[in-house]
Amino acid sequence: MTTLERVASVAGRLSAMTLLFLTPLLMPILCSAQEPPYFVTYSDYMEEPGNLDFTLKSLNGTPQYGNSFVSQTLELEYGVKGWWTTEVYLAGQHTSNDSTIFTGWRWENRFRPLPGEHFINPVFYVEYENVSFADKSLLEITGHDSASDLLLTNAQGRSKVERSLETKLILSSKAGGWDLSENFIAEKDLNESDPWEFGYALGVSRPLAMAARGKACVVCPENFAAGAELYGGLGTTDGFGLRATSHYLGPTIQLRIPRGPNITFSPNFGLNANSVGVLYRFDVSYEVQQIFHPRRAK
Amino acid sequence: MSWPRRCCGIVLGLAMTCAAAETSWIQKVPEADRVRANPYAKQAEDIAAGSRLFANYCAQCHGSDAKGRGKRPSLRSAGVQQATDGDIFWLLKNGNRRRGMPSWSSLPEPSRWQIVSYVKSLGTSSKAQPVHEPQEKPR
Repeated sequence: MTTLERVASVAGRLSAMTLLFLTPLLMPILCSAQEPPYFVTYSDYMEEPGNLDFTLKSLNGTPQYGNSFVSQTLELEYGVKGWWTTEVYLAGQHTSNDSTIFTGWRWENRFRPLPGEHFINPVFYVEYENVSFADKSLLEITGHDSASDLLLTNAQGRSKVERSLETKLILSSKAGGWDLSENFIAEKDLNESDPWEFGYALGVSRPLAMAARGKACVVCPENFAAGAELYGGLGTTDGFGLRATSHYLGPTIQLRIPRGPNITFSPNFGLNANSVGVLYRFDVSYEVQQIFHPRRAK
Repeated sequence: MSWPRRCCGIVLGLAMTCAAAETSWIQKVPEADRVRANPYAKQAEDIAAGSRLFANYCAQCHGSDAKGRGKRPSLRSAGVQQATDGDIFWLLKNGNRRRGMPSWSSLPEPSRWQIVSYVKSLGTSSKAQPVHEPQEKPR
């Protein structure tokens, strides 16, 4: 095979992969999901059965004495059943004055045991993680995670891979348009004899308008939701509590473009010396409806 | 038993099963929810708002004409159209997860009532309902 043929072959594969990836995004069956505007906190929201949600999560931060970084995570969320949602995450990051690397993957499942709505709606969460120490997606904070973890060079961080099991108890309530969600996180490194690590996340949010307008619009209050998130570590089984843990608090705002993407932004402020000063989080998500259903909505 | 009788029996059995499945959620609706009044009923602007919400959240499964898709039921069926506004509102809030109907409790209550208004405005007509747009006031 000549060099030209090789280049053509690689270009053809890349085009096919790009087309495969972009086709669902270009189909006129997109819609905005009803997910609350949280980055770390989970609510009782489950993906509608048959729908596939693509989310690109970006995180930017500059730890003290370290280089600024941008983490990108692609999240693919699929509604298997009304009571079961499964997700895959692919994460990577770029650190200034260092390199750009793939940091690992996660596979999570959420189960909602109780049918119907209750004052508190519980959801069980189980996740397997295979991520290197260079991962900077900060999808949760557990144990004694701190800003100093982000000072490793990419070469140092990628040499060690953590395979861990993460569980969450998600509790969610709704009243008067408000969503209040609480997560209790327990994580165990499966390779090491490390203790269980704990964490928490709290989120509260509300749409800016309760009723929709008769006329189609994009920048109108019913398409916005706003709220706040608080999350951090709770130590380990060897030392449960707030000592030597990091915590973040921040407002969050989301625009749900009708039959288009959801766009969410939040600055998260570090609450103590173990935290990064400010983390900027930005999400864009598309929901592809009834992706494996033979007849699509018109 | 002859084949035509067996076929009739099977069809009748399936129809009864489907009818039972369609009405099963209604039997779960508490009386207090069943009789709730829709504050957004029969108001053109709210029906129009409901149709936009329907297109965004419901048409994916029930079809843009609300006639159902595959196993997803028609919302123009007599079972749905004869249900009270409170019944449908209860279903939107609680869902029927075992049958694939998600809960829409994340949508604010007024928005859910607007969807109910739109669904009830469809009637049992098999013709596609145009999207309701409120009339422009003459200048």
